[in-house]
Amino acid sequence: MSLETILRIILLVLLIVCAIGVNLTKTLLQAVIIFMAYSSIMCILWVLMESPDLAITEAAVGAGISGVLFLLTLRKIREEDNKDADQMSGPKKR
Amino acid sequence: MSKYAPQTGGNKPKQKISGLQSAKERFVKWLNGDFDSAVHIMETDETPYSNRKEIKESVAGIKSDLSSRDDVKRLIERERKSYYRLYSVVAIISAVLLIGVLLFVISYLPRYGKENPETTAVVARYITKGVEETGAVNVVAGMILDYRAFDTLGESHVLFTALVCVMILLRMDKKNRRTQFEDYYTTDLMQFHDISKESIMRCVGMILIPSIFLYGIYVLLNGQNGPGGGFSGGAVMGGGLIIFASAFGFGVTDRFFTRRLSNVITFVSLAFYSFAKGYVFFTGANGLDNHIPKGTPGAILSGGMILPLDIAVGLVVACTMFGFYSLFRRGNIGGD
Repeated sequence: MSLETILRIILLVLLIVCAIGVNLTKTLLQAVIIFMAYSSIMCILWVLMESPDLAITEAAVGAGISGVLFLLTLRKIREEDNKDADQMSGPKKR
Repeated sequence: MSKYAPQTGGNKPKQKISGLQSAKERFVKWLNGDFDSAVHIMETDETPYSNRKEIKESVAGIKSDLSSRDDVKRLIERERKSYYRLYSVVAIISAVLLIGVLLFVISYLPRYGKENPETTAVVARYITKGVEETGAVNVVAGMILDYRAFDTLGESHVLFTALVCVMILLRMDKKNRRTQFEDYYTTDLMQFHDISKESIMRCVGMILIPSIFLYGIYVLLNGQNGPGGGFSGGAVMGGGLIIFASAFGFGVTDRFFTRRLSNVITFVSLAFYSFAKGYVFFTGANGLDNHIPKGTPGAILSGGMILPLDIAVGLVVACTMFGFYSLFRRGNIGGD
């Protein structure tokens, strides 16, 4: 077994662990971060499978921009939650 | 008095014009969301907020009375248990079915790393004649922007449509801000953290942003010779814009990146892509010479239409990515 095969097996196992871990986490923030880690691992795997085109796109879109959009969505959800809580408890103080 | 006065002949065309104008005004109002076209057609007699507190209190009282009774508690518990049991059974059955279908499909795929004899005919053509026919050293770029350029055209239009949909859902102009005085860009950013004190982000940004932009432009322009191309280069440049905006605030990016500029860039790129590819399709389908020089393979100006198409796709992708970020963050592209 060559070194590259071992690396490949480790990465594939990590990929499966990440894919299961996204479902098992309790908080959404952790899920987003694990999803970004999944994309980074997938990026290395694309390089190992000799498709650098896909690797660049995966790193930029999967690990970068979609993660940022997920985080912004989480922030928007929390803003709305806070607003609802404020409306329940009374007028908002600033 | 004028209401009941007999109408003169000269009054009629005037009224017609005013009627037209009011229709136009109503349409504009409806477009802006100020005017409900069903306001005199569909109305309910329900007066809002009448005794709402009492209703709420009585509902809460009934609920607490019901939930304190033992038989109701048992019923709820039984229902919940049976629901969870049904849920888990259905979930397991559907998961097993899906796994079975996927394994069935996988059994028809060729082994990992082996050739698939049914699809190698096209691949062999791409590999042996790709450089000669498209002028691109990178076979993937030749595939997605020459042999399969129609797919890429659809993809960039999908991105444009996605941006339009996000704009419809999330854009906040003067009409639908929460309060009249809320300037979304200042309150949203200044309320939670003062961005001018973020020295770490600024220091890292000063070093990273120029190199990210250079790398994005390199990937964009070198699509026909090396890995990369329109989509990845555009995504890298969009990511650079996002880091720029989050490190230095939207005030800096608003100076050059307005909604108008984004619209113009997206439209010009998509129109150029459509017309250029339409020309190539037209000449190719009719057996004409398309007069586009292929260049020497390996140089920057090679690959025929691949480089301009790459630039068009990259600009669309960069605008879309930054537009997503800006719309998600503060509900607008550019400061207007």
